[in-house]
Amino acid sequence: MNSNEVWTYIEIHNGKIADVSLELLGKAQDLAKKLSVKCGAILLGENLNTYYEMLFQYGADIIYSAEDSILKKYAPLPYTKTVCEIIEKYEPQIVLYGATVNGRDLAPRIASKLKVGLTADCTELQIGDYEKKQKGKVKKYKNILYQIRPAFGGNIIATIVSPNHRPQMATVRPGVMKINKHDKSNSGKVINIKTDIPQELLITEIIEIIKKEKTVDLNSSSIIVSGGMGVGSKENFQLIHKLAKTLGGVVGASRAAVDAGFINSDHQVGQTGTTVQPKLYIAAGISGQIQHIAGMSNSNRIIAINTDKDAPIFQIANYGIVGDLNEVIPKLIETFKKLKK
Amino acid sequence: MIYNIIVLVKQVPDTKNITVDAMKPDGTVNRAALPTIFNPEDLNALEEALKIKDEYGAKITVLTMGPPNAADVLRQSLFLGADDVILLSDRKFAAADTLATSYALSLAIKKIGKFDLIIGGRQAIDGDTAQVGPQTAEKLKINQVTCVDDIVKLTNDNITVSRTTDHGFETLKAKLPILLTITSEANIPRPPSVKKTLTYKNAISLIEKHDYDEKYLHSNDINKPFIITTWNHEDINAKIDQCGLSGSPTQVKQIKNIVLEVGESKEIENSDIGIKSLISELLSEHIIG
Ligand SMILES: Cc1cc2nc3c(=O)[nH]c(=O)nc-3n(C[C@H](O)[C@H](O)[C@H](O)COP(=O)(O)OP(=O)(O)OC[C@H]3O[C@@H](n4cnc5c(N)ncnc54)[C@H](O)[C@@H]3O)c2cc1C
Ligand SMILES: Nc1ncnc2c1ncn2[C@@H]1O[C@H](COP(=O)(O)O)[C@@H](O)[C@H]1O
Repeated sequence: MNSNEVWTYIEIHNGKIADVSLELLGKAQDLAKKLSVKCGAILLGENLNTYYEMLFQYGADIIYSAEDSILKKYAPLPYTKTVCEIIEKYEPQIVLYGATVNGRDLAPRIASKLKVGLTADCTELQIGDYEKKQKGKVKKYKNILYQIRPAFGGNIIATIVSPNHRPQMATVRPGVMKINKHDKSNSGKVINIKTDIPQELLITEIIEIIKKEKTVDLNSSSIIVSGGMGVGSKENFQLIHKLAKTLGGVVGASRAAVDAGFINSDHQVGQTGTTVQPKLYIAAGISGQIQHIAGMSNSNRIIAINTDKDAPIFQIANYGIVGDLNEVIPKLIETFKKLKK
Repeated sequence: MIYNIIVLVKQVPDTKNITVDAMKPDGTVNRAALPTIFNPEDLNALEEALKIKDEYGAKITVLTMGPPNAADVLRQSLFLGADDVILLSDRKFAAADTLATSYALSLAIKKIGKFDLIIGGRQAIDGDTAQVGPQTAEKLKINQVTCVDDIVKLTNDNITVSRTTDHGFETLKAKLPILLTITSEANIPRPPSVKKTLTYKNAISLIEKHDYDEKYLHSNDINKPFIITTWNHEDINAKIDQCGLSGSPTQVKQIKNIVLEVGESKEIENSDIGIKSLISELLSEHIIG
């Protein structure tokens, strides 16, 4: 049954829908509208009806619901089998996955089994046409998914397509897409999927789960103050903490600052760190290498503080301050406190 | 028992040291101008295999698919302690995406035959996709654990590992055979052995450019260099339409150099007045405060 829909794989963690799944549902809804098809959500696990309302509100028209206590915890074999069966039966044209640890465990297995393409860590998804020259002839494809992602260590941006295979599949990192406004009046249809999971697929046993609380949730605040190598030392990073605290924001960092031990890696912003889009991003002592910019260039406003007037960060900053952060930051703190009163 | 371990390694361009020469004027990557290295997390994968060999006993076969000069990473694997190495190389494999790569690797693994463990890196730094491991496991119809940061215990028929997740760590116990992908947190790779380096420094694949006489390489001379087993698509019975470019669903439509968008940019004077006007502006627009 060729539904031609645009689907999002919904990830559940500890009884909660992962933020990235809602972000993708918004994107899927936009893509589905462009293609004039329905937006679907695939949901696996236990007590799934508790999630339906929220999924409808955030954009799903149809929920494919595979309720089975065996699927309570993620495991690659039973999940691959179940998702593949749903895809084969209903034939969506696009399936999106969050590029979480489990999403990146599952999506490639599904692609391998279905023999379709998969593009990892897309930063943008669009619908468009594609022409391919082959043996002198031009083959034209309409309404293909453009899967846009950085490549070669972030030095280039590639647009990938898989024109001949369905579904077209991609993973997207958390924080890259914006959650669509939810619509309380939105509702839809639930299709219950019959699962069939043989005992021999249950061969991984979870012995222990250790939660490591992140020291910071960079996406929890609308203000981020980030420090880089220019801060100079772990002690001096206090200056960054102080500015963040004063403004009511959280502390971010470049990878160089993390590698130098100024702060732990939970704070890293960028291609291999967290992707952020705060209202205000302050980059102090950060040169603005492409891998850093990849994670913060969508911020609403960017302030850059750097002694080097030619630092690339100034090219994307809304406000550039050429100067020593050791002088500029105390001034910012002092001025803010004065004017706030 | 002795474990049969297959380690998957890849030669990659050193993306950390990309220079301007690496980009062609049309914005595409000039791979030839990039230095190549052993994919960092594949060194961690090999190290985990070597640790198992030290502790329990193992036969380690290192497999790579790549151009003839990918033999480099196999020589390095021999220096580090691999027992055997296999180069999968054929023009037909060129321009493979992760699906076509996992197809060829899985056939080569079937040809190798016996294995208890397949160990790869979490991801390769040229594409950062982390797909080839799971895709290969699926083609072999075996279980997997990705993002492994520690092998806790190994018995005759199962393995206990710690895995890094988005929320911390989980300890998993699973049956063998299984495919694992290893993160850089797992270990610090050992340096190459001097003795093994001397033994294998001339190891060669017959498809590499070499000055040796073929007859000599096929002779019984005990001083002749170690010959790296090299397979093409026929050796592994691969269907051509599933290899390389023709076996790759994904195609590159366009590659662009990153052009920074110059937004509305204001230079703020580094003075009390400059900073005061900046803070006032942000306050009045409710960006801060
Ligand atoms: C595959 C790959 C992935 C990567 N992923 C990331 C990532 O996710 N995030 C990330 O950040 N990086 C990442 N990087 C690293 C990135 O390329 C840069 O090396 C890094 O961002 C540089 O950090 P920095 O700007 O703090 O340091 P530097 O480039 O050393 O810049 C320091 C800056 O501080 C300025 N400065 C010095 N003193 C002062 C002062 N007193 N006051 C004000 N300014 C001063 C200097 O002028 C300079 O511009 C990645 C690299 C690769 C290859
Ligand atoms: N051409 C290859 N030959 C052998 N192993 C590979 C190859 N490509 C990828 N791998 C393995 O798969 C892992 C993930 O690669 P990737 O999906 O490209 O990020 C690598 O760390 C290797 O262990």
